[in-house]
Amino acid sequence: MPIHEKSLIRPENLTTHDKLEIDGVDVSGHWSTFIESRVLTDYNEALQDEVQALPGGEAVHRCWQCGSCTNACTVNAINPDFNPRYWIYLIRLGMEQELLRDKDIVWQCVSCNKCTHVCPRDVNPEGVMKALAHWLELKGHTARSPSTEFDEEFASQVFETGKIEESRVIRGFFRRTGQPLMQDWLIAMTRRMLRHVPVKLLLAMGLQGLLRPSTRSWGAARGAIRDYVARRERENRRALGLDAAAHQGD
Amino acid sequence: MTTVSPQKDYREVAYYPGCALEGTGHAYDRSTRAVAEALGLRLVDVRNWNCCGAMEVKNVDPKLQTYLSSRVMSIASEEMGHDVVMAPCNGCYHNLKKAEHDIANDAGSAEVVAELSRKAGHATYQVGKLETIHALDWIKRTLGDEGVRSRVKRPLTGLKVANYYGCMYTRPRHIFPEKDKGPGSESTARPHFMDDILAAAGAEIVDYPLKTACCGGAHTLSDSDLSTKLVVNLLRAAEACGADVIATECPTCHSGLEMHQVRAETRFGITTRPAMLYFTQLLGLALGIGPKALGIHENVSSALELVRERGLA
Repeated sequence: MPIHEKSLIRPENLTTHDKLEIDGVDVSGHWSTFIESRVLTDYNEALQDEVQALPGGEAVHRCWQCGSCTNACTVNAINPDFNPRYWIYLIRLGMEQELLRDKDIVWQCVSCNKCTHVCPRDVNPEGVMKALAHWLELKGHTARSPSTEFDEEFASQVFETGKIEESRVIRGFFRRTGQPLMQDWLIAMTRRMLRHVPVKLLLAMGLQGLLRPSTRSWGAARGAIRDYVARRERENRRALGLDAAAHQGD
Repeated sequence: MTTVSPQKDYREVAYYPGCALEGTGHAYDRSTRAVAEALGLRLVDVRNWNCCGAMEVKNVDPKLQTYLSSRVMSIASEEMGHDVVMAPCNGCYHNLKKAEHDIANDAGSAEVVAELSRKAGHATYQVGKLETIHALDWIKRTLGDEGVRSRVKRPLTGLKVANYYGCMYTRPRHIFPEKDKGPGSESTARPHFMDDILAAAGAEIVDYPLKTACCGGAHTLSDSDLSTKLVVNLLRAAEACGADVIATECPTCHSGLEMHQVRAETRFGITTRPAMLYFTQLLGLALGIGPKALGIHENVSSALELVRERGLA
């Protein structure tokens, strides 16, 4: 079945009649299932341009719908609704409402790069997934995903000191997402680590948590990175038609 | 200015451990250094390095990740005069490779790298100055399979190993121009460098069809159930192939496999047998290095027990 007909055969778009005769022909029952007629009026003509303006989405227009990305996809194998090929199709057509049906799962891309590896058109579907996830959040269609929270916690530490310290990232992430740090499985894992690990090493690791690892003379890089991030955020919002007032001020 | 010599000496390379090898991947760093010492190979730490940007900064802005990686490459090549940098972490290795590719092929990335390098006050990395290699390449190019075989003191006889390469070591293909170049080169579809090295160390390599499948490392905390599902898949497949051990070459994959093995047990009552060991730990054992010096006691899975039981320690 061509992918553009996918939405037509959803249960709510199908009707069967227990008893119906049209022009003398009996069309009752399951074997005469009808598809509801429909008219599409809600195209967002700017959708492709908007996704292309965000990092990762630049080459979405190159797609010729071969389906290699979805065929290779790690997440699709677990959840068939996770369908990069279909979302790219919808982005290109501007079918925003249809796209929004899947808004809560787009962020689940695991960036395994199988799609980008096999794509014969260099669309970079992995990048498109990230651009689409950003688009959904910037437009206010979804709340910030746990993945975004993790990325920002991690990135903010890199920007601050040049490096990360893993336990600090974990603590920061659980704090941001309002989860308790004392997860049963993390406790179980720590217990297992304690089987053989000598006290000396644990002390050294604890010390590293206190004395943050950092890159020396990072100040200039930190300033340059922060300026760049702020500029990119302004540009991204402007490309999506947000902050119109700020645009006039430039 | 350094010139890239046609015959590079891989016996002395710049070493970029990265953040994970100072934390959860500590045993990988330890075993890599121990192997280098035993083999008389010299690792010169990149001075005052920073994070490569990892997947997380790439998700915030890919060009920013390119800049962060380029700073490391600039220090190794311009300041230290090296022409090869070795990164044992798949994430760091991938990102340095990606930076090399993007700076060479995308004017926008090159522009951002030049601008941020200037503002940060260091030399801009020049494309082609530095070759990034993985720890697997490093062993292959310095010793080769024969070299490994001739140095083995305690062969890993009877140890059944599934080699797990993960995602970042082979994908996407365009950032690894040296791969898929026929005999002798690494394959992106069926990578074999770890298989070759550990086979030379005497291990019995099992045919593991999920060697490049994903462990869900990106969502290890943000979507833990998905990660657990993917990891259980990897562990069960290794079991089905008869493996005692999953050999790893990436700190994120390694700790993901260990964490979610425990999580699968704690949350879902799913127990799996394989132990996880870094390939450098296995190689080190074969070279006669003791398990402590290789950090095997730091592994969460039952690696130390297995190694003792098999008389390899």
